[in-house]
Amino acid sequence: MDAILAIVAGIVAAAAVYLLLQRRLLQVVLGVALLSHAANTVVFLSAGLNGILDGAHMPIIPRGETALATPHADPLPQAFVLTAIVIAFGVMAFLIALAWRTYMETGTDDLSEIWKPEEETAGPMEGAKQESTPPTSS
Amino acid sequence: MTFDSTFLVVAPVAIPLITATLCLFTARRLRLQQLISTIGSLILFGASLVLLLGVAGGEIWTAHLSNWHAPIGIVLVADRLAASMVLLTGICAATIGFFSLSQVAARDQASGFHSLFHFLMAGVCGAFLTGDLFNLFVWFEVMLLSSFVLLGLGGGKKRIQGAVKYVTLNLIGSAIFLVSIGVLYGQLGTLNMADVAAKLADESAEIHGSAIVAVVGLLVAFALKAGVFPLFFWLPASYHAPSPATSAIFAGLLTKVGVYALIRTCTLILPPDAEVVLTVLAWIGVATMFIGVMGAAVQIEFRKVLSFHIISQIGYMVLGLAIYTPLAIGAAVYFMAHNIIAKSNLFLVAGLARRIAGTEDLKALGGLANAKYWWGPWIMIAFFIPAMSLAGLPPLSGFFAKLGILMGGLEVVEQGGTPSLDPVSAAIAVGVALLVGLFTLFSMIKIWNEAFWKPAKQRADGVAIGVDRPTPVALDPRPVPVRFSWFVPSLVMAGITVVMGLFAGPILAWYEAMATELLTPELYRAAVLQGVEP
Repeated sequence: MDAILAIVAGIVAAAAVYLLLQRRLLQVVLGVALLSHAANTVVFLSAGLNGILDGAHMPIIPRGETALATPHADPLPQAFVLTAIVIAFGVMAFLIALAWRTYMETGTDDLSEIWKPEEETAGPMEGAKQESTPPTSS
Repeated sequence: MTFDSTFLVVAPVAIPLITATLCLFTARRLRLQQLISTIGSLILFGASLVLLLGVAGGEIWTAHLSNWHAPIGIVLVADRLAASMVLLTGICAATIGFFSLSQVAARDQASGFHSLFHFLMAGVCGAFLTGDLFNLFVWFEVMLLSSFVLLGLGGGKKRIQGAVKYVTLNLIGSAIFLVSIGVLYGQLGTLNMADVAAKLADESAEIHGSAIVAVVGLLVAFALKAGVFPLFFWLPASYHAPSPATSAIFAGLLTKVGVYALIRTCTLILPPDAEVVLTVLAWIGVATMFIGVMGAAVQIEFRKVLSFHIISQIGYMVLGLAIYTPLAIGAAVYFMAHNIIAKSNLFLVAGLARRIAGTEDLKALGGLANAKYWWGPWIMIAFFIPAMSLAGLPPLSGFFAKLGILMGGLEVVEQGGTPSLDPVSAAIAVGVALLVGLFTLFSMIKIWNEAFWKPAKQRADGVAIGVDRPTPVALDPRPVPVRFSWFVPSLVMAGITVVMGLFAGPILAWYEAMATELLTPELYRAAVLQGVEP
């Protein structure tokens, strides 16, 4: 089960990267959404599953007992993922609003149109970045 | 822990949260909102000062939230590093908050600027103080979400363009951060920084390689937030766009939170046998400062030049961290303090120049150094001090910050290298740092010549543009008379820069003592875990 979920997380992340590289803003927004889903799956998977599908107990101390029954699932990662989902939800609401505003301001959904420089500085700036590759390797 | 210290540690997070909420409640009454915002900033400044004075002797104060003890509950930790960063946040909140009253369009102030500003401060202070990695993630998100909205506030094509890049790249950084946290938790079963550090440092325990990969993933996420090479592209694409007050906060604080997280992770969490990470960081630092300063050289817009200089300065801090001696780390933190003040100030002055002359284009600007107007000398002072400090001229703070890092590098050369840095690389790094200082001076002189000394331009029809005949900016369609109160925040910050330079000796010594403490992570662990080390 873990392996299947890991592969699913990988596929979702790959799809997210593909979408992030697209030119249309809406696809980028969807890419960010998918990326956060992939991240949540990884958190859940790497930290939280702990064999819950293979018969582990719920992390609740049963009535009359003083300790958790072993093996039990770890509840903390689920709290992490819940928090992360809530944050991602807020971010997504903002991103969609931003995408809509962008469309209203620029009249296009095409990122290369949106970023078409108004200012003349963008041209030489790009060139300078490529030319001055620093001595990073030694 | 006594009630007092717990209270003081929580205060820098709680005060801006309360202020922000009050600002939301008074959204319809601008005057009242401004008053609350100003008072909130001043209280934040006062509380952060008290906090720093409390821990200045080297104590580490902790606050166990809901009284859950350290490895289980969330803990806020104020050591000297965190407290000094919080104090700088308080200074920025007070000065930039005051600046925003007159320099942010009333429409934007009424539509939530003040509450967003304070939520941002809460996020920044929380990120500085927290001792828990997941909590750090949450504070980063608080900070990011407020900054997203602040960036887009007011609309307009330029801001939207900047916001799209900024938001997308920062969200990718957050995803990397979250995945690293998940993997780290899966391996170690804890996210309390002190506990993580203790488990990674425990040589008897078998640690899966993926825990180390997760730590490196954290470093990548922080590096993206800090804006180091090659992850800085979002920064110059967005920092010139929002209102000057907003870009001053961003320039001063947001990237520094990333650097702070890098310093904390490298000194506390990074296992001692992972020097290769520091070697890579050193080269990244060198590349960052060089590329940043080169990028600045070709820019001709006031705030774009400054944006690229942020990147270049981040390079110094990362290099100082990577040299990894008490002197160099202390100097890097001093550099960070100097930079928060000087860089925010330069963005404020850029905003004033735009307000007065109506443009930020250095070609169109001119004649700001004008004795004809009473404000001429004031804007010159307000620009000249931070600019020369940034360029590293004595006796200003930037000189001593760079000197400390260079001395740290030379110390490594003298001692024949450290495990992370061989003497030749250290010498190259020192050489590049010196060269970059020269280029920084060049950029600052460029701004000085173009915006200040050059006479105001004449249009083809003989009408002077720039200072004599301001072109209207979005803020005020009809130019309003310049007021002295506009300059007060800049002058206060310039004063701090001078004082930091004049007392560089004691301050640097204090920071060096702090760095020695940072390099002994057992102290932090003991203070946080209080004897419950695994």
